[in-house]
Amino acid sequence: MKKEIDILAIDDEQVVVNAIVKILGNENFSVDTSTNSSEALAKINSNKYNLIICDIMMPDADGFEILNQVQKSAASIPIIMSSGYSTIENAVRSLYEGAVDFVPKPFTADELISSVKRALKYSELIKLNSEFENQKNLFFVSCPSKYRRLGYSTWSFTERDGTAIIGMTDIFIKSLEQIDEIIFPDGIEEVVQANSCLQIKTSDGLLHDVLSPISGRIVEKNFELIHYKEILEKDPYFKGWVYRIIPTDYVYESKNLISCSSDR
Amino acid sequence: MFNKIGFKLIFIVGVTVLFIIGGFAFINITSHSTDLLNEVERHANQLSETVKYSTRYDMMLNQRDHIHQVINTIGEQPGIRDVRILNKVGKIIYSTKPSDIGKMVNKRAESCYACHAEDKPLEKISIKEKTRIFRLDPDSSRVLGVINPIYNDKSCWQAECHAHSREKIVLGVLDVTISLEEVDKQIQNSEMEIAVFAVISILIISFIIAFFVKRWVDKPVNVLLAATKQVADGNLNYKIEQSSKDEIGKLAGSFNNMTKKLSEARLQLFHSDKLASLGRLAAGVAHEINNPLTGVLTYSSFLLKRTKGNPELQEDLNVIVRETLRSREIVKSLLDFARQSVPKKSSSNIHEIIERAIGVVENQLSLNKIVVRKNFDAALSKLILDANQMQQVFINLLVNAADAIGKKGGTINITTSELKLSPLGLLQIKKAQCSKRHSLIDNEIKIDGKSSVKIKVKSDVAEGFINLDPIYGKHKNIFPVNFNSSNDLKFVCPECETNLLIDSRVCPQCGSGLISFTTPPQGTFECCSNQECNWQSWDLVGKESRLDYLEIKISDTGCGIAKEEIDKIFEPFFSTKGQRGTGLGLAVIWGIIDNHDGIISVESEISKGTTFSIKLPIQKI
Repeated sequence: MKKEIDILAIDDEQVVVNAIVKILGNENFSVDTSTNSSEALAKINSNKYNLIICDIMMPDADGFEILNQVQKSAASIPIIMSSGYSTIENAVRSLYEGAVDFVPKPFTADELISSVKRALKYSELIKLNSEFENQKNLFFVSCPSKYRRLGYSTWSFTERDGTAIIGMTDIFIKSLEQIDEIIFPDGIEEVVQANSCLQIKTSDGLLHDVLSPISGRIVEKNFELIHYKEILEKDPYFKGWVYRIIPTDYVYESKNLISCSSDR
Repeated sequence: MFNKIGFKLIFIVGVTVLFIIGGFAFINITSHSTDLLNEVERHANQLSETVKYSTRYDMMLNQRDHIHQVINTIGEQPGIRDVRILNKVGKIIYSTKPSDIGKMVNKRAESCYACHAEDKPLEKISIKEKTRIFRLDPDSSRVLGVINPIYNDKSCWQAECHAHSREKIVLGVLDVTISLEEVDKQIQNSEMEIAVFAVISILIISFIIAFFVKRWVDKPVNVLLAATKQVADGNLNYKIEQSSKDEIGKLAGSFNNMTKKLSEARLQLFHSDKLASLGRLAAGVAHEINNPLTGVLTYSSFLLKRTKGNPELQEDLNVIVRETLRSREIVKSLLDFARQSVPKKSSSNIHEIIERAIGVVENQLSLNKIVVRKNFDAALSKLILDANQMQQVFINLLVNAADAIGKKGGTINITTSELKLSPLGLLQIKKAQCSKRHSLIDNEIKIDGKSSVKIKVKSDVAEGFINLDPIYGKHKNIFPVNFNSSNDLKFVCPECETNLLIDSRVCPQCGSGLISFTTPPQGTFECCSNQECNWQSWDLVGKESRLDYLEIKISDTGCGIAKEEIDKIFEPFFSTKGQRGTGLGLAVIWGIIDNHDGIISVESEISKGTTFSIKLPIQKI
């Protein structure tokens, strides 16, 4: 009989593991830990976890190996990747290879909690959806086939004039609690791929960072969202856009985005 | 020495000349001496015949005294050694040497041999056989002897004395010997002359070959050799001055081409290498610092959540969280700084970029009651630049200006204008290297706020450092206290002591030595080593006396920057804003302007305001 534990935290730094245990334990999650990858893989095989938090740079193995192993296994457990070497490349690669989120180090307790809660909700939604396989898109609407997405959270669509609109996916919005406030960062003029471009405050008091799918200079902001939050829930792919941007290097960056045509 | 081309050529040509002159001399001397001997022979025969016929009458009359007198008179002539008359049995009856008279001559003696070689004596001999050349003894000079048989004649046997019977054919022999000393001397002189001529011609040819080999081969090859050594030492900017159009000149040209290509390749490599290592360093630092920061931030933020009921503790914990978040931002900006690599340049309108930057900070400006006055030169052409990076420059400058003005309100003036500037006093040496690629830039000693170029100067007794003004044409150089320009000073790299003086040239103004170093990514800077002389040359500046620049001036009416701080403002992590700034803003600006080959300068007066002036080169497309 497999033990059922909520979360497995993998990090070679004991202090980071301890902090995760403290923070998530306080939120009433059961947390198992591992400070090396072979032990972690053994634990993943013998126990049942709902979520894994995994560091990328570890002395004995690359966090991406664990990510790939878990992806291949039947019970696909959602993974949050984390790294002190928080480059765009690491973040984009994590999301492209199937991680639900990328949390750059150092993170605050709230940043971790918000990511964990979103990830758990996300896997719940996926599970629900697969249970009712005949009726697709019952619990969330996947993005239009011409769109490309960064992980599961944000999408981008290039228009004919060369500008691109970016926004959040339905499943990302649904993985959040009740949205309290949408916060556009002060004087934001530019967005950078896999960096925060928007913050969403939810009713549980958490701030959620929205990662931009591509980089570019912002030409238009959809301030309507601030006042009519419902647009996001009703029409996340058209009226619920966030920014219109001029992409800096769309050709290169879109290689790391997942085509939405595979979702339908 | 024996391996030198010059020597080999001289040797080969010398031997050839020797053979040619030797052969010529052999033929010449042989024919000359044959001619001479023939002449002597003819002369001797003639003499012999003359003696024979002039004594004939006396013989017939048997007037012996008279004959003696004739022979003696002839014998006194210079060159004539002996005149003898032998009778048919070999007795000397007349001779120029009285002691010989009466002596018998052996049949094997020199004078008889020609006829008496066989048992039966010859009665008729040819002229050739009559003469012979011999030495009386090995040490004496050669002698030519002519024997002239005196044949019997009707008048002889009919003479009254009846000394000779009719049957006899040969009555006696007239033997004349002539010394060949004079002739030998002449031949020897000719030989001597030719030998001297040969030696002199070989010497002259050798000198000519040596001179031209030195000029056409040695010198250019040495220049090439020195150049290869320079290149081997890492000075890829070394150029050979091409003087000739021959094969070596072509080689020099191709050498220059090669070093140019190499230098370009190295530059690219060096540049990407530098960026890569900076990136690695930043990444390493980021990773190492972020892990412990995670511990601090997670625990402190966790504690903050758990102590909601304790305001006193909350306050302190908030400080920890806030400061840790600030650290996080610094590390992030470090990573951004490293990532900010080669600018993506395109033709852009500078005024649009400035407007966009103003748009970004508009809120902050209006909040602080700051008015922006724009005075744009509408005729300005577009510039090739990275719009995003340049916008960052103006955002940072505007934010700084707004911060300097504060809440009391003020004005920011932005002016753009086109200007032509002399490169003098404007272009700055930003990088300087010795031939071994050690940086000569001295960040400790600054001249007008700019890092100077440090050069070590050595004499026999002491050593010190010269700090050169990095601004082209400004000459605010710092020399050591007791510096005397003299010839035996050495100017070297402070790190590796590589010579920085040019060997081949001197200052065209004062004749002192020239200091030279490279200014990566391109160019070589040269200046006079004499403290008094201001001569300098920088090939980067080229021959243009004026360069086109676009100047953007951003002045504020803010608090100004203190004089002692103005030197440091472009240094990373220098901030006057205390808690609010990372100190990277102006460093980022400096990096961007530098990437665009521009110049940024600042003027400031406390409580009156600060003016940043950016000069960007206008490229001719």
